[in-house]
Amino acid sequence: MTRRGFEVVIEWGLFLCALLSIGTTVGIIGVLTAETIGFLEEVPILEFVFGTEWTPLFAMPHFGVLPLIMGTVLVSTIAMLVALPMGLLTAIYLSEYSSEGLRRVVKPVLELLAGIPTVVYGYFALLFVTPLLQQFIPSLSGFNALGPGIVMGIMILPLVSSLAEDAMRGVPRGLREGSYALGATRMQTSLRVVVPAAFSGITAAFILAISRAIGETMIVAIAAGQQPRLTFDPTVPVETMTAYIVQISLGDTPQGTLEYRTIFAVGMLLFIGTFGLNIVSTWLRERYREEYA
Amino acid sequence: MALLAVSCGGGQSTGERQAAAAPSVIQIDGSSTVFPITEAVAEEFQKKHPNVRVTVGVSGTGGGFQKFCRGETHISDASRPISKTEIAACQKAGIEYIELPVAYDGLAVVVNPKNNWANAITVAELKTLWAPDAQGKVTRWNQVRPSWPNREIHLFGAGVDSGTYDYFTEATVGKQGASRGDFTSSEDDNVLVQGIGSDELALGFMGLAYVESNKDKLKLVPVDDGKKENGDGPISPSAETVRNATYQPLSRPLFIYVARKEADRPEVQQFVEAYLGDTALMREVGYVELTPQIYDLAKAHFKERKVGTAFADGGSQVGITLEQLLAREK
Repeated sequence: MTRRGFEVVIEWGLFLCALLSIGTTVGIIGVLTAETIGFLEEVPILEFVFGTEWTPLFAMPHFGVLPLIMGTVLVSTIAMLVALPMGLLTAIYLSEYSSEGLRRVVKPVLELLAGIPTVVYGYFALLFVTPLLQQFIPSLSGFNALGPGIVMGIMILPLVSSLAEDAMRGVPRGLREGSYALGATRMQTSLRVVVPAAFSGITAAFILAISRAIGETMIVAIAAGQQPRLTFDPTVPVETMTAYIVQISLGDTPQGTLEYRTIFAVGMLLFIGTFGLNIVSTWLRERYREEYA
Repeated sequence: MALLAVSCGGGQSTGERQAAAAPSVIQIDGSSTVFPITEAVAEEFQKKHPNVRVTVGVSGTGGGFQKFCRGETHISDASRPISKTEIAACQKAGIEYIELPVAYDGLAVVVNPKNNWANAITVAELKTLWAPDAQGKVTRWNQVRPSWPNREIHLFGAGVDSGTYDYFTEATVGKQGASRGDFTSSEDDNVLVQGIGSDELALGFMGLAYVESNKDKLKLVPVDDGKKENGDGPISPSAETVRNATYQPLSRPLFIYVARKEADRPEVQQFVEAYLGDTALMREVGYVELTPQIYDLAKAHFKERKVGTAFADGGSQVGITLEQLLAREK
């Protein structure tokens, strides 16, 4: 084979590889859309989006997805209450206070947290964190939103701290030096100069973290329960959108039935949510890159 | 649970003689409730008959009959009698079967060990609690019985794909498959044990065998059916009360269905004899054995190749006592 011919083969091979992942995405979106349309032909969209009861498998089925959305929002909110402040403070420390040597040790260790399989986090929530919390909150159920929420926050923390720290380190040195020259302390510089300057990057990190929390499956499937419930009470069993999809996928629900289509409709909602958040996050990061490029 | 799908191949070739002959296979599928018994019998059986391979699946009672009536399996495990549609399906495919009762199972109502108020519950209260209209309305203990605390009630139960759910709804609500939907439902009994065992406000139902093996995490609630003829007042489920038919209506018989044309194979005959003869094993895996008379009757039916069902009206039937069963089988 000639050299040029070889090049062409390589080029096409690479193109096909790239096409494969795009094709998969398009295929997934196609299946999601088709099945969701099939679902919405039988269930009015208003009933689906605004209904307050979710019992698709039972004799009197209701298809209101709000309890599942509420479960997801509740667990994600708790996770964010843990991950966002702690992640941001960690990022400020690593970026502005810690010595280079310490940072080199702490950052990889933090990122180790991201390497723990989520199923392990799930059992950690169910068998360690929840019983521990029950010492302080005796009325806490074995399955609840609080334990998994906290554990999910811990899991997402490295994502927040790592991305936020990158954003802060991207702030030009000159801004800090200017601040010090005006007599500002380190804390004033961190909070009033660096954090605002890196704001769009930090926001992007936050949004990515939220999107990660919404899509997280294993922790909630194991530790949050399987009971769709419209509540803000973090001490009782709830069911998230992802946990519902797991529950149905593991059962014997026959293909092609309305019950089966519910998981695609719920999957579509999840996809729209996380996709929207990811786009916003990307857009924000692009913007911050432009500022100091 | 779902992972326990196949139990295959005990020692396969102990000698050249056996290795030479292709191992004969007995294929079994069906109820996950009957599975522990069948699996235990199959294990013992294969130790004694190393040239026979017994495979046991868990497609659920309904799923098992689908395969059975297509001729794909030789024996079907069932936690309820064969239903009308299944009878028709088998008839259409020309599959004849021998119905053999193998054991009794109690369905237990359980709460958390810290629960000190629910010391008994009536069938009417169970209906109040589990009926479809209760959804979103009956959410506190004192709505079930005014003397119980004004605290939330957290419900746990078998998933809608299981025969246990079918039977429980039939026995309490009065209609198979009719229940509220706002409870934690799982096909995996261990999830239910974990949930109830760690939640003071929980109430749930599951097979007695699972309660026996998790005694420290669960508290049994005696059930009162309000009928004097089968024991006055609330009755706690146990091997004793399930056997003497006082624990009603939550006791049910379990069956195996053997395909008529497979029944002539010597290894299938030996397997069925082993199945109906090992009452100690049934107790060991947490089930309640039938009386010797019923086993003798079942063995006689098998010997005579008596085909068909004693439950021609089909499906889940509530409150069948051993005596009635005996009468039907005669």
